[in-house]
Amino acid sequence: MIKKEMIAMLLAGGQGSRLGVLTSSIAKPAVSFGGKYRIIDFPLSNCINSGVDTVGVLTQYQPLRLNTHIGIGIPWDLDRNIGGVSILPPYEKSTNAEWYSGTANAIFQNLKYMEYYNPEYVLILGGDHIYKMDYEVMLDFHKSNNADITLATIPVPMEEASRFGVVITDDKRRILEFEEKPPKPRSNLASMGIYIFNWKVLRQALIDLSEQPGCDFGKHIIPYCHERGDRVFAYEFNGYWKDVGTLTSYWESNMELIDIVPEFNLYEEFWKIYTKNDVTPPQYIAADAVVERCIIGEGTEIYGRVYNSVIGAGVTIGKNAEVHDSIIMKNTEIGDNTKVNKAIIAENCVIGFDSELGVGEEATNVKFPKIYTDGLVTIGEGSVIPNNVRIGKNTAISGGTTLDDYPSGQLKSGESIIKAGDLR
Amino acid sequence: MRAIGIILAGGNSNRMRELSNKRAIAAMPVAGSFRGIDFALSNMSNSHVQKVAVLTQYNSRSLNEHLSSSKWWDFGRKQGGLFVFTPTITADNGFWYRGTADAIAQNLTFLRNSHEPYVVIASGDGVYKLDFNKVLEYHIDKKADITVVTKRMADEEDCTRFGLVQTDEEGRITEFQEKPFVVSSRLVSTGIYVIRRRHLIELIEKSMEEERFDFVRDILVRYMSVKRIFSYEMDSYWNNISSVEAYFKTNMDFLKKDIRDFFFRQYPDVYSKIDDLPPAKYNPGSAVRNSLISSGCIINGVVENSLLFKKVYVGNNCTIKNSIILNDVHIGDNTYIENCIVESRDTIRANSTHIGENGEIKIVVEKNERYGF
Repeated sequence: MIKKEMIAMLLAGGQGSRLGVLTSSIAKPAVSFGGKYRIIDFPLSNCINSGVDTVGVLTQYQPLRLNTHIGIGIPWDLDRNIGGVSILPPYEKSTNAEWYSGTANAIFQNLKYMEYYNPEYVLILGGDHIYKMDYEVMLDFHKSNNADITLATIPVPMEEASRFGVVITDDKRRILEFEEKPPKPRSNLASMGIYIFNWKVLRQALIDLSEQPGCDFGKHIIPYCHERGDRVFAYEFNGYWKDVGTLTSYWESNMELIDIVPEFNLYEEFWKIYTKNDVTPPQYIAADAVVERCIIGEGTEIYGRVYNSVIGAGVTIGKNAEVHDSIIMKNTEIGDNTKVNKAIIAENCVIGFDSELGVGEEATNVKFPKIYTDGLVTIGEGSVIPNNVRIGKNTAISGGTTLDDYPSGQLKSGESIIKAGDLR
Repeated sequence: MRAIGIILAGGNSNRMRELSNKRAIAAMPVAGSFRGIDFALSNMSNSHVQKVAVLTQYNSRSLNEHLSSSKWWDFGRKQGGLFVFTPTITADNGFWYRGTADAIAQNLTFLRNSHEPYVVIASGDGVYKLDFNKVLEYHIDKKADITVVTKRMADEEDCTRFGLVQTDEEGRITEFQEKPFVVSSRLVSTGIYVIRRRHLIELIEKSMEEERFDFVRDILVRYMSVKRIFSYEMDSYWNNISSVEAYFKTNMDFLKKDIRDFFFRQYPDVYSKIDDLPPAKYNPGSAVRNSLISSGCIINGVVENSLLFKKVYVGNNCTIKNSIILNDVHIGDNTYIENCIVESRDTIRANSTHIGENGEIKIVVEKNERYGF
């Protein structure tokens, strides 16, 4: 007989459109982070470190990279005879075929998966946060309160609370009220989008609301359960927790890793973060190279100068090239003499030589003023940038570009060249 | 593939000095993030040899730990797999492995129960990439009884520690001298052999009857005139790590771009056990030049012409020159290290100096003061 105390459902289907060209051809949870990881490694590692060995990963948007990354779950020890990791894409049924229309709808369409494991509790997770959290401690809290639903929450500065969904609780942490992005927040406990449900409660709520279009946990399921009088509690988490939903927050949280003693420390033996390693060799720093305040992944070769940057695996930085305050992902090449300033360059890009990225005065991005901000240059996966071009700030490039795409060898601040991917 | 593999990893050599106190040569860390045996295992796996036996004897704890799962080299299969054979006491044998031939003899059942027609025998101390299928084709083509993979060594290399081979124009081995005093040839045996499985069983059984236990002396040399023993000369990089000097040189070879490209950036890859270490971190005060740095390292000092293996911590104001720092070493502030090999898991106290003088490589073995008792 199969019986699991708690299984996890990890929502990894979102595009994360605020990450611009970074997610134009991969789902957000598959985006690289911190030199060798992908965002989804954090919740997956948290699961196995918390003793949750059965994880359903719900995919929808551009799942190829995610699928190859997760495989059968070997890096996380999630290759199990019973349980382990399962990828759950939307599928066709005899009566209809529908995409996952909301977070709860996605879970609803996989009721059978959960029933198979016969759990007591179901843990609902997102795939877009960087944190280390012991879900078992949260489960203990859930049990000791005899709760039906427990939400993980984190205290945020009061002045920022209006950007979050906050909860108001009594002194026993039972939730009295929810406020979604309140202009005048009455509490600073923000919901982290992590829930533990009693399986029976979850199952019934999903069935009750199955007709709800775009059924969502935060908008529909939790309020529904709360209104009918279920015991809903707020678990307070006090560790490092970072949303990497925007390019700026993504860039910042990468940069925090290079602090001398980073707040989010990957070097502790306790609570390791696991990832699929397909590059093992050491990195090479050449005789005339300079590396200062950086973290660098396996197999990378540095011939130029790199300052305050997060460099992935298998990267080559050419002679006399200079990189400042940037994130450069796996297998990308930076040509000789090229200068890179405050850029996010995704995987498998080729940046030519004698070019400059991130130069000139700042200007608001014309097409996507809310996405490409804070002076960042963002370059999507597999892009090619020719030799001898100047690229301004708040710019985005994706796809193979040639000198013809750069009038007088220049891409002005605030301009974009989008030649590949879904986001146009 | 039509062959099974045997990796002879039992060896130890006093030429490794203090380094062999801790482990067998095959378990020596190499090139920052590998172990000696990874090269033989990866070559087997990449040549589609699916069933491999590793014969170990000398201080195999470290090696067994490295081989605790076969998945890193993709051997965890229903057909085939990775077998680790240490000597055991049985009804009719109570000996340790008395030699390489005896090691195979004590595991003859492994050979008998296989069905693949050929056997590739390799040692665990070679650093190379080789497609064994090419050797096998050559072996069949030459109608050889045994094929020995050989390598022509550069002039500056000390060849007296190898088996030296001379051949006729066809490639047949006419002379084989094991570790001679005077070098008569620069063509050395790499310790890699291809032989028909049934033929190997026969030769080993015969040797055991005669109480002869060494594969090279009692089979290769002894049968040279009556068997067709051929030399397959490999032209890509090969070195072995069974002396401190060779170990040091082989590691330092990885500072050369062509050698790194050959091993790390050309198909096929070399695999190793994954340790899940974070990326290397370069703090203010670090200055790294012409060096290889592995994952998990944290650097606050100067590193020049050196290899830092996994999870090395370099304190403030340290200088490390022309040295090899093995896995999980903690180097305290203001330390100076030159021409050294620092043994793994060492704790080097702050303000210390270690220099290998007169061209000699110093092996630094310090107590580990970080991990309990």
